[in-house]
Amino acid sequence: MEILSLLGQGFATSLMPLNIGIVIVGVTLGLFIGAMPGLGSVNGVAIVLPLTFIVPPASAIIFLAALYYGAMYGGAISSILLGIPGSSTAVATTFDGRPMAQQGKAGLALIAAAGASFVGGTISVILFTLFAAPLADLALKFGPAENFALVLLAFTTFVGLGGDDTLKTIVMICLGLVLSTVGLDLITGQPRMVFFDMPGFYAGISFLVLAIGVYGIGEVLWTLEKSRVAPTVTTAKVTYSELRSAFRTLARTWKTMSVGSVLGFFVGMLPAAGATPASLMAYGIAKSTSKDPDSFGKGNIEGVVAPETANNAASTGSLLPMLSLGIPGSPTTALLLGGMVMWGLTPGPMLFAEQADFVWGLISSLYTANLAAVLINLALIPLFVWALKTPFSVLCTVVLVLCIVGGFAPDQRMHDVWLIFVFGIVGYLLRKADYPMAPLVLALVLGPVMEQSFRQALIAAQGDVTTFVTRPLSGTFVALAAVFFLLPLLSKLRKARQVTAS
Amino acid sequence: MIKSVMKPESLIALALMGFSAYLMWHATVLPIGWDGARGPGGGAFPFWLSMIMFVASSGIFLRSVLAGVRPADLTPFFEPGMLGQVLAVVLALGVTILLMPILGAYVAIPLFMLWYLRFFGRNGWTVSLSLTLITPVVLFFFFEVALLILLPKGITEPLFFPLYAMFF
Repeated sequence: MEILSLLGQGFATSLMPLNIGIVIVGVTLGLFIGAMPGLGSVNGVAIVLPLTFIVPPASAIIFLAALYYGAMYGGAISSILLGIPGSSTAVATTFDGRPMAQQGKAGLALIAAAGASFVGGTISVILFTLFAAPLADLALKFGPAENFALVLLAFTTFVGLGGDDTLKTIVMICLGLVLSTVGLDLITGQPRMVFFDMPGFYAGISFLVLAIGVYGIGEVLWTLEKSRVAPTVTTAKVTYSELRSAFRTLARTWKTMSVGSVLGFFVGMLPAAGATPASLMAYGIAKSTSKDPDSFGKGNIEGVVAPETANNAASTGSLLPMLSLGIPGSPTTALLLGGMVMWGLTPGPMLFAEQADFVWGLISSLYTANLAAVLINLALIPLFVWALKTPFSVLCTVVLVLCIVGGFAPDQRMHDVWLIFVFGIVGYLLRKADYPMAPLVLALVLGPVMEQSFRQALIAAQGDVTTFVTRPLSGTFVALAAVFFLLPLLSKLRKARQVTAS
Repeated sequence: MIKSVMKPESLIALALMGFSAYLMWHATVLPIGWDGARGPGGGAFPFWLSMIMFVASSGIFLRSVLAGVRPADLTPFFEPGMLGQVLAVVLALGVTILLMPILGAYVAIPLFMLWYLRFFGRNGWTVSLSLTLITPVVLFFFFEVALLILLPKGITEPLFFPLYAMFF
């Protein structure tokens, strides 16, 4: 009951005309960004974040969350109409979405994707509402030792569950953490890691600079290299009768949608997992539990519904640890976290206590964003068909200009713009060599928290390292972290044993 | 042996090893050891993490060299024929950033856009020119008028004095 009244108060914030307008603009922009091949929610948030200085901080966060939502919906559009995933989170949507479009059922596929996204988004927002406050209450008991152990746990999930090369993941985590120490020592205030004695490094390396570099410039270079041939756009028309029959078909897939939503929400909470694996897992489950698994990959509507519910649910799921614990569940939420810290709204349990208005305003805005996204998505389908025909060079130019100007705006230093340029090139090369980018961005955002809590915990315990394992909660997190860290080793051992056995 | 060192996977790992060694050297400016009851010194966190990074990238390097040259390594690192395009964009972007403090953002950015849209992207003049001309106006109103963030103007600064007088 208490939750309902808090949520009600939240709606008082999110239904203010300014915030409704912000949600509508954010969702629409997100839909277009998501629909553009190569650009997903993380690119959108990285590029647009510096532009949100124009509204008050609380509205800026609501705007970015709405954009995140819109981009999740939008990803399906290019998966279906172009056969190219709008972002990695919509890869699974191409499996059946593209065949449906080729069979002339592009309209049906688009409606199904939007409807499924809405169901996934709504179920997960309800779960989010239920879990957010209790989780924050639990986190109130955390001291520095627990915070350190939790961040450690977040990083080890990348090693254990990330699916990327273990050594490369470790390199990227360490690189991000070391880059986060550039500037002044958190405890003593002495300068450190000031490369080439350049004054620009005294202020540290902003997460935004890294994100714009990697997800803006790096992404453009990456897409540019892959875009030898222009893809063909399948046109889609949506009529009222089609809409009705599509919703009737959609209603029959309720089982797939509920599984996808719940699965997506919980997988999304894990920093290393998130929307892409969640959507692939939901697709796999839908296929293996289907009465007709052979029809998957040939244009089965459930093959569109399953990944779309899961990726939207996962994006909400990844907001939960970000808001309640201060540990982002995905690169996009890592950027949201960085933005909130920049605006003085540090996420975590204290935010729930001190800025309850803002927290519940944000949560309730997820409901309005979800509703706005499905309506705008359906209404603007003809516009998306047109937008997807935009020449790639126009898109690249706009993105690159926004990267330069957006990188300059926050601190007004050319130093940052040069860093963005360097990060863009290096990020592009590292990505080509299969180094994962998500742990790098998360490490840069979480680095200060990790170091500060580590050193504070040790000062409190008078230099006794065992404090991390003797405190019950912290000990549990460390133990879990050890398990995740050893997972790749265990699976390798098992494989080796199987080889020798056979 | 030399061939397996020269493949991209090994070279990138080698570069990361070098960079982590550089980071380790940098971290030693502050104490990297244990300071009794106060825990680790200010250089400890970056130093030991760079050390782990060094060990991990050495692992990647050794693994790559020991694996020799496999058929998978013979596929080119860059898509054939696309490297020139990527380099052209990188170069143009670098020149634009270099020109921003000298000629000002309102000259450097339109020049970049015109090059990209018309000569690199081969769009028509109508699309290229309209985007090139509208963008600086939008940027000016968004950043300078609404957000009060001044973009670099370099030698074109005096041209903006009448505009400043109008809007501020």
